[in-house]
Amino acid sequence: MTTDATVKARNAASLGRVRRSAAVDATAVVIILAAAALLYVLFPGSLALFTRMVAIMMLALSLDLVTGFAGIATLGHAALFGAGAYAAGILASKFGFTDPFAMLGVGAVAGALAGIVSSVVILRGRGLGQLVLSIAIVQLAHEAANKLSAWTGGSDGLSGIAPAPIFGLYRFDLWGRTAFILAVALLVVVFVLLRVIIRSPFGMLCRGIKQDPVRVRAMGAPVYGTLVKLYAIAGAVAGLGGALSAVATKVVGLDSLSFTLSAEALVMLVLGGVGKLFGALIGTFVFIWFEHLVAAINPFHWLTIVGVMLIVVVLFEPRGLTGAAEALWTRARGGRR
Amino acid sequence: MTAAPLDVHGLSAGYGPTRIIEDVTFHVPAGGRLAVLGRNGVGKTTLFASIAGQTKRYAGHVTLGALDITALDGSARALGGLGYVPQNRSIFQSLTVEENLQVGLKSRPRSAIEESYAMFPRLKERRKNLGSQLSGGEQQMLATARTILGQPTVLLLDEPLEGLAPVICDELMAALTALAADRTTTILLVEQRIKAALDFADDVIILERGRIAWQGTPAALDADQRVVERLLGVGH
Repeated sequence: MTTDATVKARNAASLGRVRRSAAVDATAVVIILAAAALLYVLFPGSLALFTRMVAIMMLALSLDLVTGFAGIATLGHAALFGAGAYAAGILASKFGFTDPFAMLGVGAVAGALAGIVSSVVILRGRGLGQLVLSIAIVQLAHEAANKLSAWTGGSDGLSGIAPAPIFGLYRFDLWGRTAFILAVALLVVVFVLLRVIIRSPFGMLCRGIKQDPVRVRAMGAPVYGTLVKLYAIAGAVAGLGGALSAVATKVVGLDSLSFTLSAEALVMLVLGGVGKLFGALIGTFVFIWFEHLVAAINPFHWLTIVGVMLIVVVLFEPRGLTGAAEALWTRARGGRR
Repeated sequence: MTAAPLDVHGLSAGYGPTRIIEDVTFHVPAGGRLAVLGRNGVGKTTLFASIAGQTKRYAGHVTLGALDITALDGSARALGGLGYVPQNRSIFQSLTVEENLQVGLKSRPRSAIEESYAMFPRLKERRKNLGSQLSGGEQQMLATARTILGQPTVLLLDEPLEGLAPVICDELMAALTALAADRTTTILLVEQRIKAALDFADDVIILERGRIAWQGTPAALDADQRVVERLLGVGH
């Protein structure tokens, strides 16, 4: 029988959990906002680069959902990003709907739909088969966008995207301030939502599937349906990133749904740390920033230097930069989890 | 939650082309406790895996309550009320104790996890630890608690005491006995510790080469040392 004391204890425990989770989320939000403010003040001439970083962070976050939390191997995730970018771009350039939030919304929906379609194909395979199917999807999407040049601009890219001012007040200025602030706001919202999702029973189920799908099935949970749902969520996030890229850069190119971008997103995720969300943000930031710096210093051999950095990270800290930071933190506290 | 009877009729199953169990038939009434005994390799684990829908079936039927689950996959059987704690425990190593339990909630509220902590207080102490950081006994408690959270009407426990220290065995068996006492769950137990199994069960079947070689009550088995020595290879 459940007594009043038991109910009170349960409520208190539940409230404690909610408070702790909220505190972690609030800390993460503060870190993101503080970093964004610092970049805004210190590098006002590089805001376009940072906005592009945030868009790619959404792609990496999305990839982290399916790879880091559900164990699905994919090298075609840019298809979802590109779907969002082209949907937002076509909405603005072909149909004249230039409200940035409408563009972002359509991008997210297109990404979710692309995610569902991708998942139906990719989840048929396992391991290497999944990888091959995912590459096929992004190559098909790339080729389709190339052929449908009347809609997508083909290899010239889709131009003529002119997003209206936000709320009719804030124009997308030449320096990229408005786009950067919008990008950071979106990133915060998406990050918190994803944190909530991965902590939910649905998120736990996805992590369980990653470890032991047979066991999850034996517990009566629908493995396939859960993964399709997760892919739809991941697609919405990647699509939002793509749409943000279209809104910020006012152009959508074929590179937005390329195999190269898919592979780079995976590299960024591994660099930052798989299955941690924050790793996706850090990996993307470090990778693009490092690439930017090294390319400026040595335009001929920068890819070699980036390659060496990746080898060093993967060999010496396979859990990525966040894994290294966690290890240092744990050592500093003199304990282990 | 109401216990359901389990009927296994003429079940033959195995892996790929290899038949492991052959023409197995038994009935466990609602709320009953059945111990499945036998030497290593006689098909006890395969029998449970087959009831749970994880092997290839060649013949026979499995009925859970009024529901014929023969053609259902493992997921649908679990939704139909079948709970299965496998021999290897299969807890999620990278999830915490509490997260492991959350996965087992199905559609129940999160507060139901307190039931698991009431059953195994040790899990509450370790609720923030990862599955990989638990001892064998704690992993077994977690696997059992996670399955029970789903409120199964029939529960299959495959060697829950394997490799555990005596004090942990006692703790685990006490919890299972308490669960069985109100007869709201039908429990089938595969166990190598024969005394513990016989103390727990109402009925016993002994497998030999994939077939039922003996069936009866614990008292009858206890009284027939020749059967014990011939089919189980031990005196107990």
